[in-house]
Amino acid sequence: MLHYMGRRLLQLIPVLLGMTFIVFMLIRAIPGNPVQVILGQQATKEAVEALNASLGLDKPWYTQYFSYLAGIFQGDMGVSLRTKLPVSEEIFPYLAATAELALFAMIIAIVVGVNAGIISAWFQNSWFDYIAMIVALVGVSVPVFWLGLMEQWAFSSQLGWFPTSGREDVRDPITSITHFYLLDTLIQGRFDQFIEVLKRLVLPGVALATIPMAIIARITRSSMLEVMRSDYVRTARAKGQKMFIVVYKHALKNAVIPVLTVIGLQTGLLLGGAILTETIFSWPGIGRYIYDAIGFRDYPVIQSGILIVAFIFIMINLIVDLLYTVIDPRIKYK
Amino acid sequence: MKKKKLWTLGVMLLLILSTILAACGGSDTKDTGSKDTSTGGDTAGSGEPKILVYGRGGDSVALDPAVVTDGESFTVTANIYETLVNFGEQDVTIQPGLAKSWEASEDGLTYTFQLQEGVKFHDGTDFNAEAVAKNIERWKSSTDKYPYFSSQFIVGDKQVIESVTAEGDYTVVFKLSQPQAPFLKNLAMSPFAIASPTAFEADEEGLSANPVGTGPFKFVSWVRNDSVTIEKNPDYYIDGYPKLDKVIYRSIPDNSARLNDLTAGNIDVADGLSPSDKGTIEGDANLQLIERPSMNVGYLGLTVTRPPFDNVKVRQAVNYAIDKQALVDAFYEGLAEPAKNPMPPVISGYNDEVTGYTYDPEKAKALLAEAGYDGKEIELWAMPVPRPYMPDGQKVAEAIQKNLEDVGIKSKIVSFEWATYLEKAQNGEADAFLLGWTGDNGDADNFLYTLLDGDNIGSNNYTFYDNPELHKLFVAAQTEIDEDKRNELYKQAQVIISEDAPWVPLAHSTPILAANKKVTNYIAHPTGSDRLDAVDIQ
Repeated sequence: MLHYMGRRLLQLIPVLLGMTFIVFMLIRAIPGNPVQVILGQQATKEAVEALNASLGLDKPWYTQYFSYLAGIFQGDMGVSLRTKLPVSEEIFPYLAATAELALFAMIIAIVVGVNAGIISAWFQNSWFDYIAMIVALVGVSVPVFWLGLMEQWAFSSQLGWFPTSGREDVRDPITSITHFYLLDTLIQGRFDQFIEVLKRLVLPGVALATIPMAIIARITRSSMLEVMRSDYVRTARAKGQKMFIVVYKHALKNAVIPVLTVIGLQTGLLLGGAILTETIFSWPGIGRYIYDAIGFRDYPVIQSGILIVAFIFIMINLIVDLLYTVIDPRIKYK
Repeated sequence: MKKKKLWTLGVMLLLILSTILAACGGSDTKDTGSKDTSTGGDTAGSGEPKILVYGRGGDSVALDPAVVTDGESFTVTANIYETLVNFGEQDVTIQPGLAKSWEASEDGLTYTFQLQEGVKFHDGTDFNAEAVAKNIERWKSSTDKYPYFSSQFIVGDKQVIESVTAEGDYTVVFKLSQPQAPFLKNLAMSPFAIASPTAFEADEEGLSANPVGTGPFKFVSWVRNDSVTIEKNPDYYIDGYPKLDKVIYRSIPDNSARLNDLTAGNIDVADGLSPSDKGTIEGDANLQLIERPSMNVGYLGLTVTRPPFDNVKVRQAVNYAIDKQALVDAFYEGLAEPAKNPMPPVISGYNDEVTGYTYDPEKAKALLAEAGYDGKEIELWAMPVPRPYMPDGQKVAEAIQKNLEDVGIKSKIVSFEWATYLEKAQNGEADAFLLGWTGDNGDADNFLYTLLDGDNIGSNNYTFYDNPELHKLFVAAQTEIDEDKRNELYKQAQVIISEDAPWVPLAHSTPILAANKKVTNYIAHPTGSDRLDAVDIQ
């Protein structure tokens, strides 16, 4: 097991290295350069040249690439060309904002999605099954930005139940310690702020959860249907076991592996930042951070931001792979 | 039995859902209640503190105005820092600022400023002549760190400001190496605000995150990509100002979401709305529409080095072919006027006698025939992002495409990501492209020379238009101190530009903002940086 983990972690290195190279080359292949953006439209040619030299952007690409790599190995992710702050320092609040939202959304997606899938499989071809699967189909197809704006219009502008956008009430700002606001407000015993933060998570959380929720529901349903037809489930039923126990205890355990895979992939995707949701709900997350950096051609931020997101994505999938062994003892890694 | 189980499950789900909703609903009422009381506690005695939440499209890059070029940075810094001279409330006339009076020598090479006395920076440092001199020296010390200083005060390799000396505590003398007609207008621009020398001498880079000026508001905090908070400077040198206790600038990137936030009452002012939102704002009894005086131009550039636009007759034909009034009516909701010159009428030196090109497809066809246009398809570039001067590039391009087709010019609409679009256009890769400009300092030079002189090919002159006769006029105007003579030079220049037709000037738009009705005295400035010292909340 440890051996397996070690091997997987070693495999990470070439994957991440290859990725840094591809990202590095891609962002330099597109036209537009950071100096022009920093200096603005009225920049003189002299100023552009001077800044190019002082940022080291006039050096050949391989020199730039290797000095960037050397920095990464020393834990230096570069300095943002736009804000002049170290990326490693700047990125954490964005990551925390995205993680808080993504985890909240995944909890909604998993709880609702898995249960909807199970019930649909349990009562296959019932009205619940039909409605759940139609909702799931709509869920994967609906554009997130449209859903987000509709939520805002209905639940904020019209009904006034939830705040429209943002992570906190700016009139009553949160003193940030961990940058996870739910945690920060609890540490400080500010339960009013805790409720406020929770309420602000609902609309973007639901918008973000829609697609994973629908995917999870569909996978759970088809996986459950397969298991429910197997011999051991019939045996369990035959010996008089309660249907609820059969479904949730015996069948689910065997049906959950593909569901877990999907959950892992979706969590990774959400943690990579959801640009549309973050934009509509003014969420200061990692997706918008990297997206803005692309517009500004802020090379260090794009490179290191994508590197970190990729690392998280791979780590989550590693955790999922390890979870398989917990759920299914037949799976062993050597 | 199967049905019964399902029924129970359904009921359970409903129960759970309703509990969640009830919890949310309950906390909602409690929360608004506590909000009112908690804000009341901040300033005991003087009633409820006045907090203005300002919604805008993007975050600031840095809060040190000397090192940035983006409008969102200046939006904030204009309220933390002050400049030696100010623009007028809603125009670009020159008014006293940190300097209460000034005098220029006859040759235009020496400016003597008398400074306000008793002004302090937010860190307690005294504002005086020495502080001014130190700021100018700081900007002069590098050619690439202070972009606006380089573009406004360095000509070629030469520093326009030769020296700045403090004579006593409150008199400061600027010596110029050559006369600069828009010198005072330049000094009034947000990037040339005076920062505390104590602050930048201790930590220059630190000023970007911890701004220290003399302005009506002091910096409090900045959560990147989210909000910037500033609060009342109690020691502000003008009594009774500012009216507000706190201003919070929130970044809400999506236009519709920003309007949703405004109608829901989460923000008090929404900046950068699109003309199509006008109806929604006017239909809401709680909102007021605020118009920003126009100081921009949206245009269709015709790259003069690329056929068929290397022929002046084809360029003139395109000018006749486009129905500007129809564009203004359709895409600007009437919040614009059709343009005939490359700069708006508010700028002094505007030539109203230029007749421009009225919509006349027949004349366009005749000119095309005369030019021997071969019917080759052109590329028409549509801006991918909305800007005040071009609210919807794609739709404007489609309308122009139809206009061109009517006179026999076939075109294909293309678009690129914004930074790519600018760079490719700058390299002269576009046939015809949509673009625009918002004035920095309200001077004719900032439009005409910046956008149409041969010197600026490769930076802001995207059409590669280069007319030596025009260049002579521009250079003469830059050093001409007599306002009337100078205006005359610009008027001549506009006649030449109109004949050469490197552009189709399309419109001068009036950008709009919206605010809650309880916000009073909000005055939008044409430069886009609004001072909030007089703004109040009822």
